[in-house]
Amino acid sequence: MNIRLIAGLTVLVVLVVAAVLAPWLAPHDPMTQSLFNQLLPPAWLAGGDANFLLGTDNLGRDLLSRLIYGAQPALLVMFVGATLSGMLGVVLGLIAGFFGGWLDAVISRIVDVFMSFPPMLLAIVLVAVVGPGVGAVITAIILIGWTRSCRLVRGEVLALREQEFVTSARVLGVSRLRMIVHEILPNLLPLLSVLFGLEMGRAIVTETILSFVGFSSSSIPTWGSIIADSRPYIYQAWWAMAYPTLVIMIAVLGLNALGDGLRQATDPLARR
Amino acid sequence: MTVSYLLRRLLFTLPTILGVIVIVFVLLRVVPGDPIAMMIGSEATPEDIQRLREVYGLDKSIPHQFVVYLGNLLTGDFGTSISLKQNALTLVLGRLPATLELAIVAMVIAVACGLALALVATYWRKSWVSPVIDAFDSIALSIPEFLWALLLVLAFGVLFANLPISGRFDPARQTDFVTQFYLFESLLRGRFADALDLLRYLLLPALALALPLMAIISRVLSGSLREALGQDYILLARVKGFSAARVLLRHALPNALLPTITITGVHFIFLVGGTVLVELIFSYPGIGNMLFGAAMNRDLPLIQSVTIVFALLFIGLNFLIDLSYTLVNPRVKVG
Repeated sequence: MNIRLIAGLTVLVVLVVAAVLAPWLAPHDPMTQSLFNQLLPPAWLAGGDANFLLGTDNLGRDLLSRLIYGAQPALLVMFVGATLSGMLGVVLGLIAGFFGGWLDAVISRIVDVFMSFPPMLLAIVLVAVVGPGVGAVITAIILIGWTRSCRLVRGEVLALREQEFVTSARVLGVSRLRMIVHEILPNLLPLLSVLFGLEMGRAIVTETILSFVGFSSSSIPTWGSIIADSRPYIYQAWWAMAYPTLVIMIAVLGLNALGDGLRQATDPLARR
Repeated sequence: MTVSYLLRRLLFTLPTILGVIVIVFVLLRVVPGDPIAMMIGSEATPEDIQRLREVYGLDKSIPHQFVVYLGNLLTGDFGTSISLKQNALTLVLGRLPATLELAIVAMVIAVACGLALALVATYWRKSWVSPVIDAFDSIALSIPEFLWALLLVLAFGVLFANLPISGRFDPARQTDFVTQFYLFESLLRGRFADALDLLRYLLLPALALALPLMAIISRVLSGSLREALGQDYILLARVKGFSAARVLLRHALPNALLPTITITGVHFIFLVGGTVLVELIFSYPGIGNMLFGAAMNRDLPLIQSVTIVFALLFIGLNFLIDLSYTLVNPRVKVG
């Protein structure tokens, strides 16, 4: 029984379902404002309205609907951001680790330079300069994410390169490309699964932070913007900030568990 | 450790610093298009813009601009903040102590609590305590400081207690501090009422920063403690009849500490990076918060100063941590 894999998949499935079926699942339009229904408490608290299960925000918008719609940008940014930053990091890490020499020196130096900035600082500066939007958020995620996978993959490849099965492949005269694809990559799979889970969680958090500071697209509700909108009313309506915070926490924990579970499933040593 | 070794190590950081400057230059000077159009209002005529381009040397080639830029930075000229109309570097350095104080208090919390958790989990390793601490560590580790900050605001700022959730001290309080290190200064001058107030404001942001590192310290130290407890000298200490607590504290702990010190150094840098967000959530007046103001106003000189000061801080800390390894671990050869 791979509990982590099951828990992670459950979280992922819920996210995907919420994002895809948002127009049918959400009881209200996430953008419709209502002056009569401002800051309504959730249905189970005094003064709650069964029409608005989780209550409303300061503009009278339904929080449940906004949370459900918020899964769309989160999922988009998570998949695209984590995939692209992972691919960039893996390719550069493979090159640095496998070929070594001056290529390794140059790539490692660039990683050092990027790691000399606090990651979120770099993301904020980039989005501040380029201007807000989903594209800028994804670019920021790639910019700060690739160094982590690059460093880890490089280290792993350095270790793998010295293994006997790689040496024997070399003796047999296997081409370098074939060696990377058939010998190195399959052995990187456990590491890559963990990394992908971690990076997906990080991408969601980065998106939340950037939309929290108002740097994401404003046409769709994002979890970060729900947090930002509810922050000034925290003493009147604490729940409005609690939902998105909890949703993001569960998403991050679930995605990390998914990565761990995938590692267990792909690592022949862990499976035993 | 010789002076020549120190100098050589310092020399190694130069390419990294140059790389940092190149990235900042590309991000702030090349990507955004026309910095002049951003600096002056929309009412400027094309002639005005052309004149300013010449004044700032923007009509020259990019490499030429970079050399001028590098010269400015080396002479300490980071430009004038557009929104605050003051020397950008002075502004940032004035805020830096607040950020450092936050990071140091967070570090102290992380080390103290992490150490305690590891010792408790190891001492009661056969009871339910150990798995509970283990679960706590996993959660504390996976959740980034940004979410911890929000949760702490909700839990201890609003729901269960009424701790302050914004600012650095009670605005009603008189502040005649000489330095910007308010907490350290009030402690040194024996003004404990001030110190207590400052700590009340620091507690939640510092805790949000400390939680992930606390979990890492607890994890790594528990691991090495358990390993140490299986060694022969521990068996000897037990045979000598020392109490379990004494064996743990006096015999196992000193021998298990090294990996924890190493990893704490590395993660202290991440903790310092985390201040950017935590300061924003708690409206704490450090350089992270200054960055957000600068980003909102597209105040490029100020953004640049914060970025470079932060990067230099990271590189400096890395340098110090590397040096401390050679001091802490006699097995690391200097060469």
